[in-house]
Amino acid sequence: MAFADAPLAQPHVDASRLPLLVQLHYWVVTVDHKRLGIMYICTGLLFFAVAGLEASIMRWQLAFPHHEAVSPEVFNRLFTMHGTTMVFLFGMPIILGMANYLVPLMIGARDLAFPRLNAFGFWLSLFGGMLLYFSYLGGEGLSGAGTAPDVGWFAYAPLTGRAFSRGHSTDYWILSLLVSGIGSVATSINIVTTVLCMRCRGMTLARLPLFVWMMLVVAVMILFAMPPLTAAQVMLLLDRYLGTRFFDTQAGGSALLWQHFFWIFGHPEVYILMVPGFAAVSEIIPVFSRKPIFGYAAMVGATVSIGFISMGVWAHHMFSVGMSVTANSFFAASTMLISVPTGIKIFNWLATMYGGKLRFATPMLFCVGFLFQFLCAGLTGIMLAAVPFNWQLTDSYFVVAHFHYVLIGGLLFTIFAAIYYWFPKATGRMLSETLGRWHFWLLVIGFNLTFGPQHILGILGMPRRIYTYAPGRGWELWNLLSSIGVVFQGLAVLFFVWNVIRALRQGPPAGDDPWDAWTLEWTTTSPPPEYNFETLPEVQSRRPLWDLKHPNDPDGRHE
Amino acid sequence: MFALSRSDVCIMNRPIHLTNIFDPASTPAQAIVELSWLVLWICAGIFVIVVGLLTYILIRFRRRRADTDEPPQVYGSNQIELAWTVIPMLTVVVLFLVTTRTIKAVQDAVPSPDTVHVTIVGHQWWWEIRYPALGIVTANELHVPVSHQAQPRPTFLKLQSVDVAHSFWVPRLAGKTDLIPNRDNSMWIEPREPGLYLGQCAEYCGTQHANMLLRIIVHARDDFERWVAAQQQPPVNNPAMQAGRDLFQATACVNCHTVRETNANGTFGPDLSHLMSRATLGAGVVDNTPHNLRAWIRNPQHLKPGNLMPDMQLTPQELEHIVAYLVTLQ
Repeated sequence: MAFADAPLAQPHVDASRLPLLVQLHYWVVTVDHKRLGIMYICTGLLFFAVAGLEASIMRWQLAFPHHEAVSPEVFNRLFTMHGTTMVFLFGMPIILGMANYLVPLMIGARDLAFPRLNAFGFWLSLFGGMLLYFSYLGGEGLSGAGTAPDVGWFAYAPLTGRAFSRGHSTDYWILSLLVSGIGSVATSINIVTTVLCMRCRGMTLARLPLFVWMMLVVAVMILFAMPPLTAAQVMLLLDRYLGTRFFDTQAGGSALLWQHFFWIFGHPEVYILMVPGFAAVSEIIPVFSRKPIFGYAAMVGATVSIGFISMGVWAHHMFSVGMSVTANSFFAASTMLISVPTGIKIFNWLATMYGGKLRFATPMLFCVGFLFQFLCAGLTGIMLAAVPFNWQLTDSYFVVAHFHYVLIGGLLFTIFAAIYYWFPKATGRMLSETLGRWHFWLLVIGFNLTFGPQHILGILGMPRRIYTYAPGRGWELWNLLSSIGVVFQGLAVLFFVWNVIRALRQGPPAGDDPWDAWTLEWTTTSPPPEYNFETLPEVQSRRPLWDLKHPNDPDGRHE
Repeated sequence: MFALSRSDVCIMNRPIHLTNIFDPASTPAQAIVELSWLVLWICAGIFVIVVGLLTYILIRFRRRRADTDEPPQVYGSNQIELAWTVIPMLTVVVLFLVTTRTIKAVQDAVPSPDTVHVTIVGHQWWWEIRYPALGIVTANELHVPVSHQAQPRPTFLKLQSVDVAHSFWVPRLAGKTDLIPNRDNSMWIEPREPGLYLGQCAEYCGTQHANMLLRIIVHARDDFERWVAAQQQPPVNNPAMQAGRDLFQATACVNCHTVRETNANGTFGPDLSHLMSRATLGAGVVDNTPHNLRAWIRNPQHLKPGNLMPDMQLTPQELEHIVAYLVTLQ
């Protein structure tokens, strides 16, 4: 083996001076949580770019009535691939990558509990994603019908049955999610075990950084939410290839069964994606307000209750399928109830900022954008929970606006906040504040211009997932505005890419602790060595670096 | 490709406004709007409070230059946490109660003896509309009587699907209800003003989901009776069109379409017995004119790509005969 003599086993070799092939090999065989974390995040960002391009084509098609930029078949594939990519190939890898990179550093551990399982999980996720995109080549199948999947990201039965989805595009969709789902479960087991078993001395559960608490809850939620999806995918495969009839309505199967299975995964999934955003914000806002998080215990309690309640709200995606008054009322109640712990979090973040000394560096700017946009998302969520209102709004552009305010205005903004905040730790270089502000403001303008008008489109009766519309229905202006917003968002992303490339080449050195922060990852070098800490730390409070910097007023006595 | 006239949003020279959910014209839609405004106001109140607080904090607590001292470290307060748990809880209780009241009011409504019963069957990508008690079958246009307070005459809809899931949505008349294969759903409307109301399929159902459009025509009482009587007539059998009629019956048209009192009894496609009484073709893609009808039959894939009607490969002469015959089906 040509690489056998490469000095991989020697920890103190500067990897950046090795030949490119050796460096690549190092990335491929690594079991280091930091490298896997970075690979997860890069995978996510790559798929984010692809999904963004898909969305841009859709907005170009919808910019004008009766526009003919793409055919209906292509449009239907685009929104299916966009949704599937954003949830499974952007959202999941990014949040698992953040957990991967940060959890061991924050709890003072040298790696995750099962490093090899960790690598296994990552490669499964990546191959799952590649399998989905391979459908553009291989999905043609023998019958020649379709390429990429065109069944929508929640793939309602029986549209996915053999009768309505010929060829193999739906099979690629099923297998891709099945494979990357196994990867997510593997990584979640790893995170749960690590948090429960590998905390450094003194780090009781009550002293866990909130980021770690929330990632623990997310990992547990993944363990409960993924199996129903996997089961449903297997049932669908059986339907398609072995003649079972779970979802085959022509033979007495149930279309609603799929919806229940999918959403019992799908709604916890929304929180699985969103709680890591809360996790990042709960670390960043305190540091840039120069105050500890307000109501630590309440934040943990709120997170755990979100985890529990999120398992009981799934049918709020199904208010229009004709459920009984009782079922509709139950899911209205559970959905409204979940706004209480979510509200508690928003109030606690505001209270953390209240009385602080706010520094508006780029990570904090993104957190403020998140607070505003996530508030909007929460309020439209309450409207959607009011069942009769939902009968009008569901499956309209209002819902599209709502969940983009959650996942873009909420999650994406927090991801950018996290990247600006932890990039110096991971690379040892600072990102530019000027470019960061351009990135932020262009994204705020572009995002709100794209998705704000979609609320109005929904109220004016425009259903989602239509590839065209007639003029004269009052939709033209709002669609055009929405499409113009895409230009700003694209520019914002270009500024981000430029910023990253520039920082990697010539960014100023970050030092160990550029933000004057308080959690353990800032005690080690930037980037951290492979073993993270020379000696494993010992902590006396939730903010070990505060204790170090203020020996006269350590945190422990206030907890 | 779409060079043909598309003025189907105007009827009787008056623009139809449209599909705004806040412009209800039917009892269930009205009930929904009343709840919606309440929810909207509560949410607006929360929005103003939180955004006001956020703005105040952002301005008031900016770090001044050269201020490097740490602010007072505050760790939390159980009283405050309790306050912002209990107050939202109470708000949720109120919201839940009003929501449930409206759910019951809309879902538990009972048909009066005078109710019109209609069965709507979803197809990829058109609507089959049946009036079992009246013996009428039509497509893509639902005709119902207006309902007055003094003489209520609601329409109850039974919703079914023969293929995949669809959703029936006419925003000014009611919220959506899905049409799900192997399942009977129901909903009702009670329009209070005659006119045309637009709607369309709201659950993604495949290639032409976007062009599964729906028109509800609400008639004054007498007009509705006249429409029923006209639809109940057997289809016109004009001897002058015998050639077209024979040709129609001799081609595969009859496998998918029905024209009553002929051998055409297929059920995959829309019933054509009174084809020309409908305003549009292809579930709302184009106006139903002889010109568009000819274009549609010549190549259905041209006007609505992906729809399930094949190109029948008719010669120009056959096409003329068949169009001439179909145009007589008033």
